Amino acid sequence: MQVKLTVNGEPRSADVEPRLLLVHYLREHLGLRAANVGCDTTSCGACTVLLDGQSVKSCTVLTAQAQGQHVTTAEGVGTPASMSVVQAAFRQEHGLQCGFCTPGMVMAATSLLAENPRPTETQVREGLEGNFCRCTGYHNIVRAVLAASAAMTEGGLAEGGLSGGEVSGRPAEQAGPADKAAGQ
Amino acid sequence: MSILGTRVLRTEDPRFLTTGGVYTEDVVDERLVGACHLFFVRSPIAHARITGIDVSGAQAAPGVVAVFTGADLAELPPRKGFPMMNQEMFQLPLATDTVRFVGEPVAVVVTEDPYQGEDATELVSVDYDPLPAVIGYPAALAADTLLFPAAGTNVTAEFGNPGKKQDDLFDGCEAVVTATIVNQRVAPAPMESRGAAAVWGDDGRLTAWIPNQGAQGTLGSLAGQLGVDRKLIRVITPDVGGAFGAKFGADPEVVVVAWVARQLGRPARWSETRYENLIAMTHGRAQENTITIGGRRDGTVLAYRLEILQDAGAYPRIGAILPSLTILMAPGPYAIPRAEAWAKVVVTNTTPIGAYRGAGRPEATATLERAMDLFAAEVGADPAEVRRTNLLPPFTEPHKTAFGALYDSGDYVTALDAALAAADYPALRREQAARRERGDVLQLGIGLASYVEITGGGDESGPPSENATVEVHPDGTATILTGTSPHGQGHETAWAMLASDELGIPVDKITLKWGDTDLVPEGGGTGGSRSLQQGGAAVQQASQELIEVARERAAQELEASAADLVFDVDRSAFAVAGDPDASVPLAALAREERLLVRTVFTAPGATYPFGTHVAVTEVDTETGKPFLRRLITVDDAGVVLNPLLAEGQRHGGIAQGAAQAFLEEVVYDADGNPLTASFADYPFLSATEVPSFELTDMATPTTYNPLGAKGIGEAGTIGATPAVQNSVVDAVAHLGVRHIDMPTTSQRVWAAMRAAQKEA
Repeated sequence: MQVKLTVNGEPRSADVEPRLLLVHYLREHLGLRAANVGCDTTSCGACTVLLDGQSVKSCTVLTAQAQGQHVTTAEGVGTPASMSVVQAAFRQEHGLQCGFCTPGMVMAATSLLAENPRPTETQVREGLEGNFCRCTGYHNIVRAVLAASAAMTEGGLAEGGLSGGEVSGRPAEQAGPADKAAGQ
Repeated sequence: MSILGTRVLRTEDPRFLTTGGVYTEDVVDERLVGACHLFFVRSPIAHARITGIDVSGAQAAPGVVAVFTGADLAELPPRKGFPMMNQEMFQLPLATDTVRFVGEPVAVVVTEDPYQGEDATELVSVDYDPLPAVIGYPAALAADTLLFPAAGTNVTAEFGNPGKKQDDLFDGCEAVVTATIVNQRVAPAPMESRGAAAVWGDDGRLTAWIPNQGAQGTLGSLAGQLGVDRKLIRVITPDVGGAFGAKFGADPEVVVVAWVARQLGRPARWSETRYENLIAMTHGRAQENTITIGGRRDGTVLAYRLEILQDAGAYPRIGAILPSLTILMAPGPYAIPRAEAWAKVVVTNTTPIGAYRGAGRPEATATLERAMDLFAAEVGADPAEVRRTNLLPPFTEPHKTAFGALYDSGDYVTALDAALAAADYPALRREQAARRERGDVLQLGIGLASYVEITGGGDESGPPSENATVEVHPDGTATILTGTSPHGQGHETAWAMLASDELGIPVDKITLKWGDTDLVPEGGGTGGSRSLQQGGAAVQQASQELIEVARERAAQELEASAADLVFDVDRSAFAVAGDPDASVPLAALAREERLLVRTVFTAPGATYPFGTHVAVTEVDTETGKPFLRRLITVDDAGVVLNPLLAEGQRHGGIAQGAAQAFLEEVVYDADGNPLTASFADYPFLSATEVPSFELTDMATPTTYNPLGAKGIGEAGTIGATPAVQNSVVDAVAHLGVRHIDMPTTSQRVWAAMRAAQKEA
């Protein structure tokens, strides 16, 4: 079937199998391979892209469903020489290791910050619950999103950023009653 | 000023963050144009005889190029186990007459398009005659059903000697506790599942792109299983999306990909689904340990016995020999006067067990640290005090344990005290007492784990070593070749820092290459937390040797004595002492003649990082649900090269350790059906289930390498797992609960509280 959509600002049209998943269209037809397939149950979020600005798991969206819509991938928000604020914050805070979840995580974080420019740590964790990472323990991903938030609302990622000189990652606020109680 | 020890941001990040890494599935290469795609038919039954396979339906399906069964692969040599395992227990790349776990490959469908393969696979009809499934240790040991009748047993290996059990081991002990502790099976579940791409050239050589942790070992494994000479294989390692111990060697599916490419004379590709990954990639852990610990009522431990049962899964892989590491590390950081340990390894109708972050050592620590808490509870002492009483005093000369481990250096009490101070342990205990007094619904648990682990060990071929090649180019850039194999650890940045520090070439002008066996024929890969202490040390050594080679050439160039030359790192140039104008840059020397050095760094032995983790958990006593609130860790892995990377390693390991403690488990039913075969069922840790971690630094150098570095990759899983488990038990200890097996799910915690209540 014939599909027309916009991908990273470029109009595209393609004749695709009705069952073709959006992630496979992006990867195999357009060669945009930043989004990865990490599972088959819409659980891991490695394939996250934006559809008209909303984060979606592109392994569970048919290409046909994107008809007439704008798709944005990690390739579309920055380049190695000119990364987006979110991408730069992930680097600054070492929010990635093997990199497989990263493009999806970046898009999920981009969407999260668009909806809530000043999230708390708890809101960041809840907002990224559908994006799995096996390497970072989420610690630095959370810091990266908070750093990006600060940069976007206060302007510019500071050189040295949040990592400068701090030893521990104890968050400023932490959900749950243990906070005050547990010796903090 | 040296950049060693500073927070250098990763040079590899920009591409990962924008265009994305190039993983095996992403590889675009002209040699792979027109590749066919493999899809495996896998056994849906844990144990059965194959009585027939009908592939005709699949062969007629759209896009099908070929369908192969085990009979077609009869020419391939069988996969043999390690020498200490029963040699009758081996896996064929595709099962022929018997399947032994759900997920075992039985046939492979080859299609033009991946979607067609998924469709056609369903048309392969396999007739199975079910056999009783051997699930769990009692069934394996009872041996009513044998997985391999020719072996005559389900025991594939034994370590230590139960025959030498000392009946008087606990004589003189005022308190003795015995318990059986489960170290459950978990899934490594790297975000990138397995895959491969393979093509045979006109020269008869195979080029294979395989996600792996060591291309050279993978090549050897592949060569052995294909029965072809090593020289005829080139393994290329694309970006690897996590491995955690489960991507060493060449799995059976990879062998099939290479075979199919040769058979069909065209390139072939395979990408594993997550469902396949969770049932057919090796799992980790899977031990059941019976401990007996005894000592004096003042908290002094006098004797410890560890009896290990290891489930190897259906086909013994490296997991079958990991209990030897568990035994080696059995006494941990403690001065226990008398200790004994042994292990029995059995096969069951489950997915084979391989290495998983820590690989044998987390099991030792988990068992011992639970034992310490059980002993502390028995004698009515504070768990921190019992640990302090029994920890080895600080040492700088190697300390040999009863099990033959040679701890290089350690200061365990300082690590314990630092962790307790960072956590404000007395305040936590006061808060816990207050909640208990009030009978709060949310009770507080504090869990400790002190550990020592082994990293960077050698093997039967000799002491641990690694090679590196460093070359300076005429344009002032440099290239490093390494035998390590980064898959998230940041070697591109770290190795460049080491070379930059010697050569004066900026980090971003240095390129690291690895994982291509034509380029780097030798290497040990990345695993066992070995990379920095051997691979990094080799890069530093090669850089230093390169400076000496360059010095001789500079002396000729400048017509000066080599001894009069000073290397100015800031300018990356040699200058004549006292005459800075007479100088020559390294890059200029490289213009005359290639300027490169290959070297091998050899360490005297393994190193032994150590530390203490403190976990703070709240347990809802009405539902049993545990909430992990804090994780405070002191991890001493010697001198740190890049704190950013070292902390990242700690974070990841801590999270995986915590996940094993309270969340993750691979579950089979009594018939061997996997119940956790998707990410919808396997409780993979998410961001909401862990707090941010509180890291405290400590660095006791080792003398085993010039960097003073030990391994940091696995500390997290080793320390955090028992710390978190202990914290959950501690939260309900006042209700009479002494032990809860991992994962400490709500249901288990609730059941333990109920059982304790009934007893009381």
